[in-house]
Amino acid sequence: MNTEKLIKMANQIGDFYEAYPDQSVVEQEIAGHLNKFWNSIMRKSIVAHVNEHQGQGLHPRVIAAIQRHLHVQ
Amino acid sequence: MDDIKYTPPKHTPDIDFGTPKRTSSKQVTLNIDGRDVTVPEGTSIMAAAVEAGVMVPKLCATDSLEPFGSCRLCLVEIEGRRGYPASCTTPVAEGIQVHTQTDKLADIRRGVMELYISDHPLDCLTCAANGDCELQDMAGAVGLREVRYGYDGENHLNQAKDESNPYFTFDPSKCIVCSRCVRACEETQGTFALTIQGRGFDSKVSAGNQDFLDSECVSCGACVQACPTATLMEKTVIARGTPEHTITTTCAYCGVGCSFDAEMKGEEVVRMTPTKNGGANHGHSCVKGRFAWGYATHKDRITKPMIRKSIHEPWQEVSWDEAINYAASEIKRIQAKYGKDSVGGITSSRCTNEEVYVTQKLIRAVFGNNNVDTCARVCHSPTGYGLKQTLGESAGTQTFDSVMQADVIFVIGANPTDAHPVFGSQMKRRLRQGAKLIVADPREIELVNKSAHIRADYHLKLRPGTNVALISALSHVIVTEGLVKEDFVKARCEWDSFVTWRDFAAKPENSPEALSEALGVKVEDIRAAARLYATGGNSAIYYGLGVTEHSQGSTTVMGIANLAMATGNIGREGVGVNPLRGQNNVQGSCDMGSMPHEFPGYRHVSDDATRALFETAWGRPLSADPGLRIPNMLDLAGEGSFKAVYCVGEDIAQSDPDTQHVTHALESMECVIVQDLFLNETAMYAHVFFPGASFLEKNGTFTNAERRVSPVRRVMSPKNGMEDWEITAKLSKALGYEMNYTHASEIMDEIATLTPTFKGISFQKLDELGSIQWPCDDEHPAGTPTMHIDEFVRGKGKFFITQYVPTTEKVNAKYPLILTTGRILSQYNVGAQTRRTENVVWHDEDRIEIHPHDAEERGISEDDWVGITSRAGETVLRAKISQRVQPGVVYTTFHHPGSGANVITTDNSDWATNCPEYKVTAVQVAKVTQPSKWQQDYKKFSEEQIDFTRKPKKQTVTAQ
Repeated sequence: MNTEKLIKMANQIGDFYEAYPDQSVVEQEIAGHLNKFWNSIMRKSIVAHVNEHQGQGLHPRVIAAIQRHLHVQ
Repeated sequence: MDDIKYTPPKHTPDIDFGTPKRTSSKQVTLNIDGRDVTVPEGTSIMAAAVEAGVMVPKLCATDSLEPFGSCRLCLVEIEGRRGYPASCTTPVAEGIQVHTQTDKLADIRRGVMELYISDHPLDCLTCAANGDCELQDMAGAVGLREVRYGYDGENHLNQAKDESNPYFTFDPSKCIVCSRCVRACEETQGTFALTIQGRGFDSKVSAGNQDFLDSECVSCGACVQACPTATLMEKTVIARGTPEHTITTTCAYCGVGCSFDAEMKGEEVVRMTPTKNGGANHGHSCVKGRFAWGYATHKDRITKPMIRKSIHEPWQEVSWDEAINYAASEIKRIQAKYGKDSVGGITSSRCTNEEVYVTQKLIRAVFGNNNVDTCARVCHSPTGYGLKQTLGESAGTQTFDSVMQADVIFVIGANPTDAHPVFGSQMKRRLRQGAKLIVADPREIELVNKSAHIRADYHLKLRPGTNVALISALSHVIVTEGLVKEDFVKARCEWDSFVTWRDFAAKPENSPEALSEALGVKVEDIRAAARLYATGGNSAIYYGLGVTEHSQGSTTVMGIANLAMATGNIGREGVGVNPLRGQNNVQGSCDMGSMPHEFPGYRHVSDDATRALFETAWGRPLSADPGLRIPNMLDLAGEGSFKAVYCVGEDIAQSDPDTQHVTHALESMECVIVQDLFLNETAMYAHVFFPGASFLEKNGTFTNAERRVSPVRRVMSPKNGMEDWEITAKLSKALGYEMNYTHASEIMDEIATLTPTFKGISFQKLDELGSIQWPCDDEHPAGTPTMHIDEFVRGKGKFFITQYVPTTEKVNAKYPLILTTGRILSQYNVGAQTRRTENVVWHDEDRIEIHPHDAEERGISEDDWVGITSRAGETVLRAKISQRVQPGVVYTTFHHPGSGANVITTDNSDWATNCPEYKVTAVQVAKVTQPSKWQQDYKKFSEEQIDFTRKPKKQTVTAQ
């Protein structure tokens, strides 16, 4: 799936949690959102982008969330 | 159909009590014509008489209006009192003895009627109101046998009829100047378009010295409803005669969900009148529900199934079996070739709950994936998300009637008088009673300063895209000025989440001073509005798509919930968080599990226990993977991996953003199945067309913005041969899965079995109660008008930090203006229904509203054709110069497909739900001389597609 669009969407989710003080909770929340609302095709695509392109274009907190907490079936 | 367990009820005529019901803790007992009757203090003698079974003659009184006392027909005698008081304006008193029928009263009444009739045409037999005329009834009731004055004196019999309104006529020769129409326009509708002009003999009803069409009349029908004679009369009644039976149903337009009596002659609708006891509308209506139902029998309706292999070929009319089997074979073929996830479906908020339920069941249980989405994706999905997160339930918290207890009404990004007119009238009534009003909107909506006797206390005319900044600034004032209701927060909310939010809101960067410039709103107005909301008594927030259709739509919804919790304005009458849903069944379509991540009742597909419940009930394994949302489906279709869609009642090619992206996706699919009344824009890209049934031709339920489930009842046979749920069930059967329903009521029974919030709802109970607000269960058998009373659905309310993140859709030198979109009273959504009614007389094209300053800079005059260019595309509309928009902002509606409003909107969307950012598009506008290329191409394409339906191809289309 169009990675550019997924990067934009994932970063928007990351932006929402920007002001939260506890970044470890933020990472879980970001990944939780992706697990809950993104179809597995989209989750796989974003994971592949993180793995293959070091998550280029993604905010570091989003990359951390994906690496630590994202479920891919 | 021989095993239907449900039988619809017979309609019983309403009783007119003459004056509105009163409530009082004190009861009063009196005697009327020898009968003792006890009524609340403040009740009129006239209404008490009706309670006692005594009908006092009347003409100027009706129980939807305050008493007026002008007709002098309802006079009574009260023992021990002098004279003959009017029973409509005289309140009851303890122990009084009232006589409604005496020789003297009979003389007076006959005298009054004699005067009326002496100046009234005696054409009863050919009059449209014959048999439905209160004047005629009263002439009979008082025993009028002669008119001593003759008919030759000066009179009003030759006055010209005003037939300018497309739906009703005004015949002043039949007017008795009872003022019911004038009062209905004021009290019921709140428009004040009518007046009594002149004095004495010259008194006449006037729409401001102009004809009705050119006047301020909004054609709500309240005056027609109130008129006791044929003076104001529906043109359909004039043409067809009086109805012979009535079936109560629910309007298929906006999220107010008005109850209507379909007044019928056989299978023909004579008129639709608002149901007096309708839970949402209490006998009121708007121009759409009251009059604009002619689309149901419009010549454009397609009533035969059609199929074709390519969208560049003519359609072929086929039998239902052929169409269903072809569609099923295509879905099977595509799933075999591209995988089970390559197909999906889209439901519409125009569908009934039962239709939505069976469609999502088909997709989850038969298609075998969760690729089902609904048009709430593009309107109120942020409401579902935001309110679930903060309060625990994806729904509004109040009844509409709750507004009558509100002291402060805060309208954000909503335009109730245009988009939710019947509720708008109720809100205006409360405002005229003195409630304060705050409006946050980039544009001057009617409530701001264009409604009689109403003026917003604060109009926060913010820049499009800055809602979250406004919420932050308001929160800052409430937190830093000590306006938080800490007792409420401590008792009802998660304290830790509150503290985090409070500390965030208190930051200097969230102060009105810091955000004023970005908002374009004065610091003092922000501070005053926040103080008013927090301290003004009962404060209620009403919001609409101006909140949700932004890149931070969900954030604003959560911010609104934060405000309500922090100030204790939730959990009782008069307060709350009230999303005004756009379409009739937005709430219901979401309740019924048409979001890709949720089963009915907002339960996530990954929840094992819920999935097991549905797997057992449906007998099929179900996926735990959230399905694709509409924009995801379209993206994947464009990329080549999403190949078929079953689109029920929705028109994504017109309503969804970035039209060219949508149509490219549709063109890329191998099978697009559209189920609709008309060849809508999406159907022009379809391979299978299933003709749908109109709301008048089916049974089911709609759920309105206040969670009110109301009955939709079949009043005529479906022109297409079957109700929509039957089409879906047939498709399911052709795919190997039988849905054994014999009636829509059985679908609701299944919903009730599987959905806790609907546990107590059935068609029979809906008939008993009229409507039910969910949750309806053992604890709340009659439903739940107000939510979160003692605790939130999630237990404790949760505050969320709502950081303002400006949209990436920014203005620059190339695109210096912001386009925002909205709705107009006479049209509805994509216009598929209203464009096929006489409503086009009020709005036959979408225009671009532009501020005089911006217009002058560009040399644009009124009515000029202007090109509007965005990063997504270009379209051309005619200009309307208006100060309702602020400099730098342009505005349009999107009711006509050829306008191409969504050709220019972008694919920017809400961070949480992908709800499109319709409300903010950076554009440039310039004077042009011809339609855009898209419009020229569209015209050619749509003409060709319409032609394809007229010249059906002969050869047979078979599965590939």
